[in-house]
Amino acid sequence: MSDLNLTLHIWRQAGPDKPGAMKTYKVTGVSQHASFLEMLDILNEQLQARGEEPVAFDHDCREGICGMCSLVVNGRPHGPQRGTTVCQLHMRSFKDGDQIWIEPWRAAAFPVLRDLCVDRSAFDSIIAAGGYVTANVGSAPDANAILVPKTDADRSFEAAACIGCGACVAACPNSSAMLFTAAKLAHLHNLPQGQPERLKRTKAMVEAMDEAGFGNCTNHYECEAACPKNISRDTMAQMYRDYAKAMIAGRGEKKVSEGAG
Amino acid sequence: MNLDARIPSGPLAEKWTKAKFELKLVNPANKRKYNVIVVGSGLAGGAAAATLAELGYNVACFCYQDSPRRAHSIAAQGGINAAKNYQNDGDSVFRLFYDTIKGGDFRAREANVYRLAEVSVDIIDQCAAMGVPFAREYGGTLANRSFGGAQVSRTFYARGQTGQQLLIGVYQALERQIAAGKVKMFNRTEMLDLVTVDGRAAGIVTRDLVTGKIESHSAHAVVLATGGYGNTFFLSTNAMGCNVTATYRAHKRGAAFANPCYTQIHPTCIPVSGDYQSKLTLMSESLRNDGRVWVPKRREDVDKATRDPSSIPEDDRDYYLERKYPSFGNLSPRDIASRAAKEACDDGRGVGPGGRGVYLDFRDAIKRDGEAKIAEKYGNLFEMYERITGENPYKVPMRIYPAVHYTMGGLWVDYHLQSNIPGLFVLGEANFSDHGANRLGASALMQGLADGYFIISYTLGNYLAGVAAASRVATDHAEFRKAEAEVKGRIDRLLTVGAKGSRTVDSFHKELGSILWEHCGMARNREGLQKALDLIPALRERFWADVKVLGERETLNQSLEKAGRVADFLEFGELLCLDALEREESCGGHFRTEYQVEGEAKRDDEKFTHVAAWEYQGEGKKPIRHVEPLTFENVKLATRSYK
Repeated sequence: MSDLNLTLHIWRQAGPDKPGAMKTYKVTGVSQHASFLEMLDILNEQLQARGEEPVAFDHDCREGICGMCSLVVNGRPHGPQRGTTVCQLHMRSFKDGDQIWIEPWRAAAFPVLRDLCVDRSAFDSIIAAGGYVTANVGSAPDANAILVPKTDADRSFEAAACIGCGACVAACPNSSAMLFTAAKLAHLHNLPQGQPERLKRTKAMVEAMDEAGFGNCTNHYECEAACPKNISRDTMAQMYRDYAKAMIAGRGEKKVSEGAG
Repeated sequence: MNLDARIPSGPLAEKWTKAKFELKLVNPANKRKYNVIVVGSGLAGGAAAATLAELGYNVACFCYQDSPRRAHSIAAQGGINAAKNYQNDGDSVFRLFYDTIKGGDFRAREANVYRLAEVSVDIIDQCAAMGVPFAREYGGTLANRSFGGAQVSRTFYARGQTGQQLLIGVYQALERQIAAGKVKMFNRTEMLDLVTVDGRAAGIVTRDLVTGKIESHSAHAVVLATGGYGNTFFLSTNAMGCNVTATYRAHKRGAAFANPCYTQIHPTCIPVSGDYQSKLTLMSESLRNDGRVWVPKRREDVDKATRDPSSIPEDDRDYYLERKYPSFGNLSPRDIASRAAKEACDDGRGVGPGGRGVYLDFRDAIKRDGEAKIAEKYGNLFEMYERITGENPYKVPMRIYPAVHYTMGGLWVDYHLQSNIPGLFVLGEANFSDHGANRLGASALMQGLADGYFIISYTLGNYLAGVAAASRVATDHAEFRKAEAEVKGRIDRLLTVGAKGSRTVDSFHKELGSILWEHCGMARNREGLQKALDLIPALRERFWADVKVLGERETLNQSLEKAGRVADFLEFGELLCLDALEREESCGGHFRTEYQVEGEAKRDDEKFTHVAAWEYQGEGKKPIRHVEPLTFENVKLATRSYK
């Protein structure tokens, strides 16, 4: 296969409060076996050789699992290949002479730090609000004492496969984080371990999501289409039901002092 | 140098119980008066930070990524070992201990390894309670599979994403403590130095990777859980950001570095495809449960086999692992499987571009179990393989080749996981303690979580019980100021040289990697190592004269980050080769061609049944090699045989 010569249009922004703009670069001699990020490595080597600062972009594992990479390629988060992070996208998906537009995630809750890097700590705050099982180390019963039907475990796993990359938010016209939040809830709520805190968790995480500045869902389901891990929108239906139950149940909640005795 | 391992006396199986009783405690009301720094947020660091916070300590946790959930533990695929014996197939704590000691070629401490096997069962309980979605049988119990170097099924897993699921469990526990105010998390922050005051660890100096700000943080104890140094080789299965900086800077401040030459080359990775390659991707060892490894028997069949593997009839295939190691077959340990692949390729029978590849073939398993069953077990791995190579492994056998994966060496620690610097603890891959000269599959996750969930909580308490809460050093102490100035000076130097230099950081890193792969990779010898020891200092000199680093200090500057890490690799690489040169034997992942019997590693137990712990002596000076003898009271040193 012959090497590719490409024209890239890339978002450059010097810092969080600096203005940004698209800039055009040529990159030459890219193997079709290279990954998309390796293509950017090649560009960065070529830029530095000319004395220009390399393009900053987030990436780490480069095997589609850490969730750090975050590029909008030709208008699509993670690029054209379904169920694939941009680090796993390979240049055989492109043709010689192609023009490629590369932008950061765009969402008010994900401010740009530099070039293509954004701040996704809002996702951490959603998890911190309740995306866990309260089980201190040392308190666990024998693992086989908690039986989990295989189908439930599989459903839980499929939701837990979320890598927290934020493509769902970047794809959504409202910058909603519903799929991310719902995936975590579905991971925990398809397991017996997640039941005791189920309604409280749902309410807290939905509120944290709103507080972080993510938008609402208007049923476009671009999130599902962009998700590199194919998380299903069905998880959101489960979240809505639990949220409704939590709102009703919450009216009767009373604070009980722990200090008795 | 004090290398007292502080191993409790008494029978092996009672040591940890005894230690737990003897270790001093900090009372619950006093724990909040202590501050602990944890560097790294993977299975070891994240688990330690969350667990110490649960106990009541104030924790500051640091990671270079944008979230603690991204630590490279996340990429572990196959599974986690535990001596649960749920399969009723003869497993026990002693058997897991024995397999691990043997797998490590009798170069690990008995007491540490036994404790690891002992707490392995608690790890599975804890992870299940936290909602880790492990694979299940239809009845709802946990499923297991086999891994290399074991004849029992003791590996727990979550498809091919076990590391991800375990790390998410850790991350969620950590976020809970962040919300509770017990952990302060510093994302996108890199540790650039360790500060010691009066011989004790007092804190660290960091750089904020977004603003470039250099800051000091002080604590009563520092825990490093910063992973391994596989990226010294440039190409490895590690994440791009994995580095040796935290542990190497601690080494320069006095912490002994143990057994740096013990590096693990993993047999099943996707082969290198070109010089643009930035990393190598692992294909889980679990695939060897069902895949069969082969190359053509005859060199003249190589071209035909490369074009169409199915054209090679059964009789003309060499299933070399099954042939050489009939009792373990395709599940031979990693070091052995890697060397066997290299031998086949060196013999001119490798397949694919450049002849550096062997087949991992699922044809027979698909015929036996059907495609659906295989897809259920390995679907995501097959997809990943196809995305990277453009080939469908259901139809065409996978092509694999060994790659640098894990490093068994690390900072020296005693039984308490404390380095030779009081107050500096080292967990997970960053320490050297449990895997000897070779790590068995599915044992890294086990060690990370054992250290983080179940060991540090006891041993750190014992240390803090002897430290006055009021003794925490303030960050305006002269030692902090000095370390900050050194860190800043180094950054200035990189940017000053960098503004005029002509070669990029990556080009230096690639050159270092190729020196190491050539001379200190799967096979090593005196001559090659000496050559590497000439080449590396010369390369380092050129780096400091001609490296190109653009951009500014006080912004997000990825070239500057990389330059600092590569500068450390360029020093550390020399230590790695020196250790390999001075260990005149073959053991586990360290294979010296001068020391072999019929192609198998030949240990020299008389001279080398010890840990080599290196003490830094200053720039340009040869470090001192100290020795901690290893004694074996419960297993007999034997030649490893998987035949």
